[in-house]
Amino acid sequence: MSTADFAAFSNNAIAFASVVYVIAFLAHVLEWSAARSASVATAGADTGTGVAEGAATSAEDPVAAPASLVPREARQTRPATAGPSALASPPAGPGSVTASAATGGDGSAAEERVDKWGRIGVSLTVLAVLLHLAALVTRGLGSDPVRVPWGNMYEFTLSGAFGVAAMYLLLGRRYSLRWMGLPVTGFEIVVLMLAVLVLYEPAGPLVPALHSYWLVIHVLAAVIASGAFAVGAIASALYLVKARSVERGTLRAGGYLDRLPALASLDRVAYRLNAFGFPVWTFAALIAGPIWAEYAWGSYWNWDPKEVWAFITWVVYAAYLHARATAGWRGKGAAVIALVAFATLLFNFIGINFFFGGGSLHSYA
Amino acid sequence: MTTTEQAGGTTVGAGGAAGNPLPPSGPPALSPVALARWAWRQLTSMRTALVLLFLLALAAVPGSVVPQRAIDAIAVSDWKDAHPRLTPVYEFLGLFSVYTSVWFSAIYLLLMVSLVGCVLPRLRVYWRAMRARPPRAPKNLSRLPESRAFELDEDPDVVLARASSVLRGRRYRVDAAEDWVAGERGYLREAGNLLFHASVILVLVAFAAGQLFGYKGGVITVVGQGFSNSLSQYDDFAPGSLFGPEDLKPVNLTIEDFAVDFLTSGPALGQPRSFEAAVSYTEGPGEPEQTHELAVNHPLTLDGASVFLVGHGYAPVLTVRDGNGDIAYEGPVVFLPQDASFASFGVLKVPDAAPTQLGFEGLFLPTYGFTMERGPFSQFPDSLDPVLSLVPYSGDLGLDTGAPQSVYQLDKDGLEPFASADESRGDTARIKLSPGDVVELPDDAGSIRFDRVDRWVKLQVSDSPGKEWALLGVVLAIIGLMGSLFVRPRRAWVRVRPGGEGERRTVVELAGLDRSSRGDLDTEIDELERRLRAAGPHTNHEETT
Repeated sequence: MSTADFAAFSNNAIAFASVVYVIAFLAHVLEWSAARSASVATAGADTGTGVAEGAATSAEDPVAAPASLVPREARQTRPATAGPSALASPPAGPGSVTASAATGGDGSAAEERVDKWGRIGVSLTVLAVLLHLAALVTRGLGSDPVRVPWGNMYEFTLSGAFGVAAMYLLLGRRYSLRWMGLPVTGFEIVVLMLAVLVLYEPAGPLVPALHSYWLVIHVLAAVIASGAFAVGAIASALYLVKARSVERGTLRAGGYLDRLPALASLDRVAYRLNAFGFPVWTFAALIAGPIWAEYAWGSYWNWDPKEVWAFITWVVYAAYLHARATAGWRGKGAAVIALVAFATLLFNFIGINFFFGGGSLHSYA
Repeated sequence: MTTTEQAGGTTVGAGGAAGNPLPPSGPPALSPVALARWAWRQLTSMRTALVLLFLLALAAVPGSVVPQRAIDAIAVSDWKDAHPRLTPVYEFLGLFSVYTSVWFSAIYLLLMVSLVGCVLPRLRVYWRAMRARPPRAPKNLSRLPESRAFELDEDPDVVLARASSVLRGRRYRVDAAEDWVAGERGYLREAGNLLFHASVILVLVAFAAGQLFGYKGGVITVVGQGFSNSLSQYDDFAPGSLFGPEDLKPVNLTIEDFAVDFLTSGPALGQPRSFEAAVSYTEGPGEPEQTHELAVNHPLTLDGASVFLVGHGYAPVLTVRDGNGDIAYEGPVVFLPQDASFASFGVLKVPDAAPTQLGFEGLFLPTYGFTMERGPFSQFPDSLDPVLSLVPYSGDLGLDTGAPQSVYQLDKDGLEPFASADESRGDTARIKLSPGDVVELPDDAGSIRFDRVDRWVKLQVSDSPGKEWALLGVVLAIIGLMGSLFVRPRRAWVRVRPGGEGERRTVVELAGLDRSSRGDLDTEIDELERRLRAAGPHTNHEETT
């Protein structure tokens, strides 16, 4: 294939990936709507088992489970949801969709349907991510000489969106993030659409300023960190929405919010993702970036708008980790700080280029 | 956020060792010592550090919005021209140099003091904790955040011995008594935490040193000419506050050749593909001459100064004869590119011309193009069909008044353009030159010849001392950060007593306490339980994290 063929294929693959993301999104919508009808049927069985991460243990050890798990659940929920309704709401763990399917009963067929749609959604997301990856690879092959696929805003956006989806899939296995399928695929659809409609640029070689292996290191690290931060921000946002609904007592049994993990584990997932992203971000913005700046611009820190905002993002995430780790802020306060931090990241990614475009040394980014 | 209570209950006991004592809520009695102590405690409290962090982030914002003198002096003066009323206010607030302003420095310094005040006391606490034995088992293990109770078919002593080895196997530091075993792990978390904070201080100090003792200067040098590193040679120069001109390294540098390569096809037509300058240099008087290929991302790094290629442009070589027929000017004139097509603007002042001084102002177009709509423009950034389009002036250049003048601007107060010979093409005379052309000025004022096109490069010479320390600091900070984020400090206790049904039954109580906020203690306690129940302590090494 010629260079132009690769570039054309890349554009097609992005379109295909977007379509598959849309279908995956629909599958997750079906998953959650099936879950609504399923949990109406099994509501009784569901609340009784006290599902949480340790569901397997509680089955083995009936003596310890009610004593240790349920009060812990309630206790961890209290700081954020100090209201009578917090205790009234049924505890639902991250494994609730699958765990309650295993409990059997009338609703097991319905639960299987929920599980089936969920698995279809995840499989489609995997397919979409593979197409997305193919689009990135061919985008790199689509310019002469061959290069990394992040040389302008369009490509950064594609890479960043890929980072988010890949982080969701990679960390999803470990932290059981399937409940995040709906917002993540929705996010991908919106971002890819914006990239194609607003930011598209034809494939071409890099500007000389980007001829450096630091482009690979610096941007790759930034993409990985942004991916983790984005998934963490989704968890934080869902935390706030769910906490609000719990507080007001409007949590509908079996609804999307109800089936999300318990507030405490949403908080924990967000923390872990941000704690993973933070050192990577530190590396990208405060080690790789300055080293490259020293080579390219003659000074490791130039107070360039992009640098300033990367630093601001770093500071706010540092404040988040501090607040949560030491001062014991959990729940709402931490979630708000995490969202503010992610907002600064987004602003750095998008806003800087639109507002200060020419004035920034990062004008190609 | 008046208090920072451990509302969750899962971090019981963590506050004592890890956090600072909570500051008193109001100012105490007015004894100066007490007041100073109170102020110190306020400053070094976690909450203050957090507020200062946020303030630092907030204070950095205006610097990214308002043009900064140290970054782009031209943008600053443009901004000032456009907003004459706001300028004094902004000047007063230091908004044109945010990062050296009083208030930014104040936050920076306070944060540093706060960090030092936070790290030093903790160093002592940490040193003590490092050597401490795991705390004895609490009376009532079932009241801890995570606890289990179960019975085993073995002697209490056997179970206790296994508990010790299980805990050791999970890298706990173990202390045992008659009927309990205590374990603690994750000592490196606090060490990482301290390393991180100490490294941040190192970075701040190294960065400040670089800003104070460093310098950054820009100079435009025509290819074929040289540059020697002294203050008078620079077009713009930004020294640190403690920098002295004697710190300049006496480098001599000559631009031997410059090559630029533009894309001639494809969608990115006209985008530069590469630029490279061949330079020869000596590091000081009497030193041997060396050569270097200067390119973007490939600077010349010397001890105490680095030279970067940051820009390039065209310098047409012109010869001007005055009204008497004498050569009044001969040499390259630097034209500054205005856009990506390298249409460049430039000015030539000829103060030596007689009987009247001459001035020229106009555009250099590397690849000439013309349409009725746009007028003359440049089609391509490379020098394929170079054309100069100049407006000549005669009169007084205003150079004798002593007021400083930019070499890129013509002071037209004492200058008159020549009348156009062809009224249909405008009132003022305009000269169009290709290389080799000679044009006579009207009124026998002289002539101008376009000899050839040279190129110039913009070099940036800079030095930021302490950069190695800053790098070391950030790397150490990341290592410390990983420790403080990913090491999980935990305590676990096992208590045994004979009992239950049957001969050799043992009631085992197992409990744990998480001292970090990761909050997955239950899986750890599950794993400990599984291992305690297993017949042999080390038969199974399943990964459970």
